[in-house]
Amino acid sequence: MTFGMEPYLALMLLGFLPSEVWRWLGIVIGGGLDEESEIILWVRAVATALVAAVVARIVLIPPGALAFVPMSVRLAAIGVGFLAFLLVRRSAFVGVLVGEAALVAGALAFRL
Amino acid sequence: MLPPAPILSTSATGAFLYGCRIAATSVFAFVITVTYIGFGALCHDYGFSVTWAMLSTALLWAGPAQVILVTALGSGTALVEVAIAVGLSSVRLLPIVVALLPLVSGKRTRPHQMIVPVHFMAVSVWVESVRHAPSVPREHRLSFCNGVGSTLVVLGVVSTAAGYYLQSALPVVFGAAAMFITPISFLTSTARNARLLLEKAALGLGLVIGPLLALNKVQFDLLWTGVIAGTLAYALQRASRRWGAA
Repeated sequence: MTFGMEPYLALMLLGFLPSEVWRWLGIVIGGGLDEESEIILWVRAVATALVAAVVARIVLIPPGALAFVPMSVRLAAIGVGFLAFLLVRRSAFVGVLVGEAALVAGALAFRL
Repeated sequence: MLPPAPILSTSATGAFLYGCRIAATSVFAFVITVTYIGFGALCHDYGFSVTWAMLSTALLWAGPAQVILVTALGSGTALVEVAIAVGLSSVRLLPIVVALLPLVSGKRTRPHQMIVPVHFMAVSVWVESVRHAPSVPREHRLSFCNGVGSTLVVLGVVSTAAGYYLQSALPVVFGAAAMFITPISFLTSTARNARLLLEKAALGLGLVIGPLLALNKVQFDLLWTGVIAGTLAYALQRASRRWGAA
């Protein structure tokens, strides 16, 4: 890791606080929040895109064990898993299962 | 079919235990186990300690924020960017808390009494609480929610440790499979929850813009992807609403 401070300090200041503050703010605001307000919609879009960016980063630039699986297999597995999700009742469960099976099969085919 | 609220839930302890039972038998128990096994594996491979990994589950209790924290810290992202990205991904907790309050709080509930139950709030806990809380007497609903939340958090923490140790013990193929749980489950569950054009567009654009920025080593690539893809998706939603109205 390339950051200088203690991992636990990072966990508190960069993880716990920025996340938990929204729960506390929820108590403070109480009632009277419009879930369809423009700012909430924008934040929802940004948060969704952030998740997409993280998914892409783990698949494209993975650390550790996943890095031993060739890029072509990783991309094919996530594609096949997503396709299965779309085809089978939009079930996340099926998507994960098929994607995982594709990854393991691909990795074994490359004699990993 | 909802199981009937047992007589037990007429006491605070009974309501708490009822919450534990609801949580343990809910579909989310399975989802959380698998997700956090993947998260534990992720922490292992990004070089964090098992204690850190378990603490992050207990303290953040927000899957996307945790994965962003680990990938960003682990790949040497600037600290400000890490905090902003984690914060942006957790804004979704705010409306959940706001929606829960009228259901569980009575006239005499003080704000500080809400800090613990609200910490347990995640999408999964919220869904089960909102579904079953009406069958619990109002004065015991906080205990009920604490039962649901604490059960799932403990399950998440244990699964994190399990994933972490499995990752160090398993052959590399299974280690890769455990790591792969995070991207494939986040992708499919986010796609499943995307009902508006806004969310679908943000997901699609993020998957395209994210790699472009990351592979070109753009600084703050996570944050830029979120802001650029999110704003584009938001603009698209507004435009489609205008055309729809015309």
